[in-house]
Amino acid sequence: MSAVLILDVILLVLVLVAAVAVVQLRSLFSATIIAGVYSLLMALVWSNMHALDVAFTEAAVGAGISTVLLLGTLVHTGRIAKGGEKLHMPALLVCLLTGGALIYGTFDMPRFGDPKAPIHNLRVPKMLAQNVGKVPGTLPKATPEHRADAAHDNEPAHSSTPAHAHPSDDFGGHSPNTVTSLLAAYRGFDTMFETAVIFTAGVGLVLLLRRRREDPPGTISTGDRPPPQDHHATKGDT
Amino acid sequence: MQEQMLPRVVCKMLFPFIIVFALYVITHGELGPGGGFQGGVILAAAFIVYGLIFGADELKRRVPPAVTDALMAGGVLLYAGTGLATLLLGGNFLDYSRLNPGNPGDAEALGMTLVEYGVGCTVASVMITLFTQITEGASGTGSAETRSPLQEAPRRKEA
Repeated sequence: MSAVLILDVILLVLVLVAAVAVVQLRSLFSATIIAGVYSLLMALVWSNMHALDVAFTEAAVGAGISTVLLLGTLVHTGRIAKGGEKLHMPALLVCLLTGGALIYGTFDMPRFGDPKAPIHNLRVPKMLAQNVGKVPGTLPKATPEHRADAAHDNEPAHSSTPAHAHPSDDFGGHSPNTVTSLLAAYRGFDTMFETAVIFTAGVGLVLLLRRRREDPPGTISTGDRPPPQDHHATKGDT
Repeated sequence: MQEQMLPRVVCKMLFPFIIVFALYVITHGELGPGGGFQGGVILAAAFIVYGLIFGADELKRRVPPAVTDALMAGGVLLYAGTGLATLLLGGNFLDYSRLNPGNPGDAEALGMTLVEYGVGCTVASVMITLFTQITEGASGTGSAETRSPLQEAPRRKEA
């Protein structure tokens, strides 16, 4: 317990140092790399809290693709930030107030890993035992012992699946990973529309940015654009 | 960045490993902490690093915009199509157990796998499109003039 706590404190201090360094650095390249380090440290903090899926997402999105996209942006912009900004007091005040309010909000939350927290006693057992649309008899029985197990460790799905089970019985009506099971099956609608949101963002990107490439500025007036086929033919001939 | 040898060699060496890891994360989406989103992002990161080092035009030659556009929509279609299939098989929308009523556990794994593939396709395509469109917008009008007639021809046909 204390070793975990020490590790947490070390990691959080490093996270704080990285965050301050990202804001303070004038070299944008260094700031980008340290932002990636920040995400990697946060991923370690999450995995220290046994939130492996969050850690994975943080590492893939924060340390992976954000860093790469920022580097791609740096290729097209300057390497050094313009200095000389003064401390904006109202902004600092708003940040401090918001942060203080958020920290104040955490006082009402149950302690981390508290087995008596409402989520472990009310919500999770219901989710694990839900059998909406499933064939009766295939679901592992959510016995009180299992619920007690579920309250203790953060991966309760393993406790409901015997280790010696036949591979075809492994799922027993559920994916072995609780989080994925909740995201893809229990909240399948939610995840589908999240995907639709990403798709919509991609479509917006294509519509906004790629349309502009078709008629380079200065060649055609934007008012009356010729049909795409004609436009292509004339451009291909030249 | 296109003339430096070290990034080119390292990128070419790392590329297959990143791809294999991304595919591992996507295909084991229903088993592990990862899934379509994380795997798709890693897959896109491999291609974006490639585009950073070899140029966005080279990336567009390898992964044409028509392919990413099709995969972008195809991923969502795969997800919604899985739900529709379960609906047609007599269950609720996204009720995976209907895919194989004899073994609902396996059917759920199958359905979640299909769904994760869909998410992976969409996320990877959108991220690659994000990179190519942003770098395209940042490049000058002269380069757009030279490459627009040839490179955008197939996409215009399907539009």
